[in-house]
Amino acid sequence: MTETVDTGRRHFLTVATIATGAVGAAFVAVPFLASWKPSARAKAMGAPVEIDIAKLEPGAIVKVEWRGKAIYVLHRTPEMLKQVNAAVDQLRDPQSAQSEQPDFAKNDARALKPEYLVLVGVCTHLGCAPLDKLTPGDATVSADWAGGFFCPCHGSKFDISGRVFKDVPAPTNLPVPPYRFLSDTRILIGAEAEKA
Amino acid sequence: MSSTSQTAKAGGGRLAALTAWIDDRFPMTALWKSQVSEYYAPKNMNFWYYFGSLAMLVLVIQILTGIFLTMNYKPAAADAFGSVEYIMRDVEWGWLIRYMHSTGASAFFIVVYLHMFRALLYGSYQKPRELLWIFGMLIYFVLMGEAFFGYLLPWGNMSYWGAQVIVSLFGAVPVVGDSLMEWIRGDYYISDITLNRFFALHVIALPLVLVFLVIAHLMALHEVGSNNPDGVEIKKVKGPDGIPLDGIAFHPYYTVKDLIGVGVFLILFSLVIFYAPTMGGYFLEHANFDPANPLQTPPHIAPVWYFTPYYAILRAVPSKSLGALLMGAAVLLFVFLPWLDRGKVKSIRYRGPLFKFFLASFAISFLALGYLGLQPATPLYTNLARLFAVVYFAFFLLMPWYTSVDKTKPVPTRVTYHAH
Amino acid sequence: MRTKLLVLAAALVPVAAFAAGGEVHLDKANIDVTNKASLQRGASNFVNYCLGCHSAKYVRYNRMAADLGLTEQQLIDNLMFTGERPHDTMRIGIKPDDARRWFGVVPPDLTLMARSRGADYIYTFLRSFYADPAKASGVNNLVLPGTAMPHVLWELQGVQEAVWAGEPNAQGDVRHEFKEFKLVTPGKLSPEEYDSFVRDTVNFLEYIAEPAQLQRRSLGFPVIAFLIFFTLLAYALKKEYWKDVK
Repeated sequence: MTETVDTGRRHFLTVATIATGAVGAAFVAVPFLASWKPSARAKAMGAPVEIDIAKLEPGAIVKVEWRGKAIYVLHRTPEMLKQVNAAVDQLRDPQSAQSEQPDFAKNDARALKPEYLVLVGVCTHLGCAPLDKLTPGDATVSADWAGGFFCPCHGSKFDISGRVFKDVPAPTNLPVPPYRFLSDTRILIGAEAEKA
Repeated sequence: MSSTSQTAKAGGGRLAALTAWIDDRFPMTALWKSQVSEYYAPKNMNFWYYFGSLAMLVLVIQILTGIFLTMNYKPAAADAFGSVEYIMRDVEWGWLIRYMHSTGASAFFIVVYLHMFRALLYGSYQKPRELLWIFGMLIYFVLMGEAFFGYLLPWGNMSYWGAQVIVSLFGAVPVVGDSLMEWIRGDYYISDITLNRFFALHVIALPLVLVFLVIAHLMALHEVGSNNPDGVEIKKVKGPDGIPLDGIAFHPYYTVKDLIGVGVFLILFSLVIFYAPTMGGYFLEHANFDPANPLQTPPHIAPVWYFTPYYAILRAVPSKSLGALLMGAAVLLFVFLPWLDRGKVKSIRYRGPLFKFFLASFAISFLALGYLGLQPATPLYTNLARLFAVVYFAFFLLMPWYTSVDKTKPVPTRVTYHAH
Repeated sequence: MRTKLLVLAAALVPVAAFAAGGEVHLDKANIDVTNKASLQRGASNFVNYCLGCHSAKYVRYNRMAADLGLTEQQLIDNLMFTGERPHDTMRIGIKPDDARRWFGVVPPDLTLMARSRGADYIYTFLRSFYADPAKASGVNNLVLPGTAMPHVLWELQGVQEAVWAGEPNAQGDVRHEFKEFKLVTPGKLSPEEYDSFVRDTVNFLEYIAEPAQLQRRSLGFPVIAFLIFFTLLAYALKKEYWKDVK
């Protein structure tokens, strides 16, 4: 009356069904997890920002937003560039070894073209917006101030290339975003520099 | 320390020890046994018994896809329509999640109607399952509300005007009708305020209620045990071990069988999602691809197909308030089936010709009313709707009579089963 | 008995015939969204003739280019004229207030028109303009009588007149039974070429209404094949266990 149970076949079929079901479940999980990736709109809103610097006078600074971050674009004067290393022995990382910047910005000017400094205006300590204190000798910062940026929240200081001073809370230089020049008067912030 | 954990340690095995540790603190094994591995269900369940587990599957699908839709949907009148298109285009795989949810809504009602029809076929609402039936009816009512609130969310033109029509039904309530409409809307017209509150109801309030009702439904079921196509109470004939002779353990026999149901369901579900997501305008209506426009009504306002049987009854009645009343009665009458049915026989297999006739006419009139609710209200269609509405109500209202006088067949003590 | 019930029930399930709106006969557009060349032509037609007044605000240029098999440069050169960036959506410069002043109504956004009215409707609409001196725009449309839209494509189609059949009605109006169109001034395109032009444009509209359709149909096959395999496996598993049940 009772036939013996073929446990081998039963076990095989059970394992096969569970395995197939697991594979199916993994495939179903993919669209749900992938839907968390930045959407086309996020990518569009985070797309590179073009700015026109034709009217940016020497010594003037303009601020734009890219991916929710403040970007400072400073048109440096020849005097500023001459004094670029005035405070170099007070800097924590003058060679920009620890900080975040594209390869072309690993220099004293920290820029593609020295006259134009492009920085992410977010203090590397806790994220406040540093103030531009470009005038040398500005007593509100310090007596021997050579010009640069000063963060009002906890007193971090950065030089005219955004490099961080020693003995301040901020650990690294202000980051430089990827950017390139579309022409002499237009900068595209957020896009990789062309390979020369 | 309990004897279970002592035995486990003695028997060896880390898994056994972990199980024992949990069981000392939570009735895990006890629940598994009582609800699944030692819950005995009749061995003769057939095709009509797939739809309970499928309803649970669809509930899970709707909750999962709904959560992910909520991550990108914006419940404000200015943004809602655009946010749905954002999901369809800009969000990776958003279109798939959206179609799963819209198809799932219609699938839910197909499955639930078939599930309810099984109860009519086999008398599953009869004693001692009246409360099980009532929980089921409450689930059905909440599901209709859930679908209604959810339908406003895309803020398409059919969403807007469908909500307008249904809310205006409440204006038919005497004395308080107008205040009631204003209270439901939260505004003088269907607006951003209405949308936001319908969003809250659809996304969290009713789903919570639904989950609790489903748990209550399953508890009521497990208390009395499942019915079967012969309408025989299997607990009446038990073996020496106390297990019903016609019972088989839910696990593995019905878990394995329900898996086939899940497979077939998912195939049909996928055919719709990938090849016909709008289903010719029945699952996603054409007018809803136009944004809500208070100044322009769609040429034919009809509710989504799963409400149309009741909509046909509403329209068939010349008076607005009587129509609303009869529409409500049409839905509510289901609740009273356990008491309208005076028959001692549960299953259609052993019922007499009268019951078979009335049940068949009920099924036909439900489908006919559904079709008529989708059509414009021409004189011919209105008269047909009246005819079928009478047949529909006759099923319920004449039931005390025809179930008493019907010539039934003798019901066996054991189920009829052929090995398969 | 139950079989009879089910058969009867099945016989009552309505054939999905959705009312096309009014009694105007709609011609079949016969479009094929998998025809990339047609979509590309349609995109060009749309950008050159429609985008001036109608936005397609849910369409993103770069996604459209990718779906149509265009490079970003081809997109910029051929389909983008007003300084937008590829990641932007197809919005237009016309202000709603201006539109209302000039046309009496804001031209509707066309992204979803193919899903709400249907491809056949749009195809017939664009070929149903006829000369009507009583109208400010000089034209009327058989599919949408009294439309505020001018016949933008008149240079391509030419000018046609409506020929009415039947006797004048009680108001002396003969325009209640349409017979046919008669081309009185030829356009730059022959009637067949114009139909083809409209077909490509409608094809493009069908695509932008649901870009995902290109993906979903191709994905359906492996998904359902997998599910069939899973179901057969589940069936074998069930048969094996149910040998126990006598």
